[in-house]
Amino acid sequence: MEKLVDMTGIDKHFPGVHALKSVQFNLLPGEVHALMGENGAGKSTLMKILSGIYQRDGGTLEVDGQIVSPTTPREAQDLGIGIIHQELSLMNDLTVAQNIFIGREPRKRFGRLDDAALNAQTAGIFASMNLNLDPRTQVGSLTIAKQQMIEIAKALSYRSKMLIMDEPTAALNDAEIAELFVIIRRLRAEGVGIVYISHKMDELKQIADRVTVMRDGEYVGTVSAADTPVSKIIAMMVGREVNEEPLDPPVLGDAALSLEVSGLNRGKDIRDVSFSVRKGEILGFAGLMGAGRTEVARAIFGADPKDSGEIRVHGKPVSIRSPKDAVRAGIGYLSEDRKHFGLATGMNVRDNIALASMDRFVGIGGVLHDGEISTTAKSYIQQLGIRTPSDAQEVRLLSGGNQQKVVIAKWLLRDCDILIFDEPTRGIDVGAKSEIYKLLEDLAAQGKTIIVISSELPEIMRLSHRIAVMCEGHLTGILPGGKGTTQEDIMHLATQRTAAMQVTGTAQ
Amino acid sequence: MTTATDIDKKKPPAGFSERGAYQKLLAFASLIALLIGFSIASPNFMQTSNMIAILQATSVNGVLAVAVTLVIITGGIDLSVGTLMTFCAVIAGVVLTYMGMPMLLGVAAAIAAGALCGLCSGTFVAKMKIPPFIATLGMMLILKGLSLVISGTRPIYFNDTPGFDQISRGSLIGEVFPALPIPNGVLILFLVAIATSYILGRTVLGRYTFALGSNEEAVRLSGVNTDLWKMRIYALAGGICGIGGILIASRLNSAQPALGLGYELEAIAAVVIGGTSLSGGRGTILGTLIGALIMAVLTNGLRVLSVAQEWQTVVTGAIIILAVYADMARRKKSS
Repeated sequence: MEKLVDMTGIDKHFPGVHALKSVQFNLLPGEVHALMGENGAGKSTLMKILSGIYQRDGGTLEVDGQIVSPTTPREAQDLGIGIIHQELSLMNDLTVAQNIFIGREPRKRFGRLDDAALNAQTAGIFASMNLNLDPRTQVGSLTIAKQQMIEIAKALSYRSKMLIMDEPTAALNDAEIAELFVIIRRLRAEGVGIVYISHKMDELKQIADRVTVMRDGEYVGTVSAADTPVSKIIAMMVGREVNEEPLDPPVLGDAALSLEVSGLNRGKDIRDVSFSVRKGEILGFAGLMGAGRTEVARAIFGADPKDSGEIRVHGKPVSIRSPKDAVRAGIGYLSEDRKHFGLATGMNVRDNIALASMDRFVGIGGVLHDGEISTTAKSYIQQLGIRTPSDAQEVRLLSGGNQQKVVIAKWLLRDCDILIFDEPTRGIDVGAKSEIYKLLEDLAAQGKTIIVISSELPEIMRLSHRIAVMCEGHLTGILPGGKGTTQEDIMHLATQRTAAMQVTGTAQ
Repeated sequence: MTTATDIDKKKPPAGFSERGAYQKLLAFASLIALLIGFSIASPNFMQTSNMIAILQATSVNGVLAVAVTLVIITGGIDLSVGTLMTFCAVIAGVVLTYMGMPMLLGVAAAIAAGALCGLCSGTFVAKMKIPPFIATLGMMLILKGLSLVISGTRPIYFNDTPGFDQISRGSLIGEVFPALPIPNGVLILFLVAIATSYILGRTVLGRYTFALGSNEEAVRLSGVNTDLWKMRIYALAGGICGIGGILIASRLNSAQPALGLGYELEAIAAVVIGGTSLSGGRGTILGTLIGALIMAVLTNGLRVLSVAQEWQTVVTGAIIILAVYADMARRKKSS
């Protein structure tokens, strides 16, 4: 059969990163071809090259047997390539038809819009999809699933021969997923080729014909979806060597429980999450993008409201409605996005360190003792090895690792003994990473309670005394740290739709 | 300019800091250039009496600009400073002329009214999450209306309060140094500026003012009650507008209830020319003072040169755009 797309030897560099290393991928008409891999494996980059958002540095891209190099999404559309992004890009206040034909509205003479033709053409597309929807409906009033259908209709309106769907089910419930699959199957029957990016194993089994696995920017292999066991696909996804010495988790059996969370709920993001952490323990939170780990952290910290759930700190129930309450209870949260949520980047190092503890440095009439702030900041700069020319340096001029240390210093100064680290080494280079790891281990050894959220499995395995795994808002299991647990075990739980394993919520 | 390679400079605390040194330098240089230019163009310009007139003209706008600087550093904006000034003047008129209270009480009432109105704006912004532009636009109209209602749309004169006009027009400095009859209004402007600068640079309130403008979410996630601090900052700004109200009432020896609209834009213009960033997080009182002086020098100088008033407005507008453009160009280069 003639291939719709044939990509071979695709190379892509970004400053400092070799994002794609001689990757291959092909798509046949009338198939659903799943593209899998961990976060950062290069799936999205590959698809952005196919859809004209990025240009390849090397390799060939053939569409219908012709070598092409689309340089804009528009050119890719003209080649029959439609992409449906994870973040829907619809204008909520316009109608369905206006959205589908945005930028190429049918016109009458003198540039007047032809609404009748617009709606008729849209109705035609809907009929071909067997979708029962009024073209004049406002997009904002539709469910996410229906909006996704609109995106598909929009892609089809360009007479697309292939559709790239990036995690189309991330925001859908089971009924909506079923609805989407009906459409996908119909498109497949009509000969449309579909690239399906997803993290969910059960979906692949339902919808995909072939599966291509990528890892760390490299092509791993292509297998048949029906005949390949899930465990093999997972092994292909994580199959990297573990170079690190396996961690030997300390025995903390009789250490006091410092944080207990039970029945935490928040909409679709957090569903009945319960766990506990002991003094001196590092609890890792693993899971794929969008599993709800950050949401759990923010809910515990009071940054977002929660629907229900009880939080106990050192055995006592605490009511946390705002970050202020959490900080008072001794909980500190270090966001994955330091620049937006962790630091006042325009301010200097010492003010950032003192930010959560200003009341300690206030004298009569609200006057700040800048000398004391400076002395305190300097002691943390020395203690944590923050590399900065002075405590009056603006933090935006520090490196990522040193910025992270400033945030850590802020919480240590505030006397927080429960610290939640969300992606503690994101944007930090390799050398500084191990320094941060060492710091976290020292903090745990000093009796702090540490929660680490990370999308990098090696990081989770390197640090965690126990590993909690989440998938779609559920806590699907808690695994022991150390050499007893493999990356495959974690991946299994991270791709499970519902909690199949017994959740061992209490500490070992 | 501070860059990653040039990081060793010791920085004084915010406030009168060199955080916006470049803009302030630019603003200061422009001010000097204007002064020199106008002196050459007209012998009448560099007269003591004219210089004092410029300072006098700066005093009210300067005080309002100091108030709005605080709000702008938090990343907000206050459109109500002009009509709030008038409202406070009217309150002073009610307390002094209608109720016949002693002068000090009238002054206190005006400042208290200003702080209270600022607290209202702050509540709208912080608690009710209304965007500052809208909240203070509403406040601006409410206060304009209230001033007219309370005064019965007529000016309130302070003829029964002897000495009230001396608050602005008298000259304590002139009594000591007769050669330098700087009016009290100007003295008050400088005192307000120094006090506010101290608050910005040395107190928790000031530190949080910069922190809120720099990254409000990070401050909230540090466990700081950001709503409360924001309300306090708006209240402080309101209180300063109350001082502005006293100054204008004293200068006119009356509370003119129809006055006030347009003052807020002049104040914001002074802040912007002085190098304070409208996106918050940085700014200085010294810059604002220079900005207010530039505006007053421009108006005065063009008048001395007999440029038509309508053209004076055009020039002022152009200067504002130029000042912000220079700031933008600089920031683009440094980032």
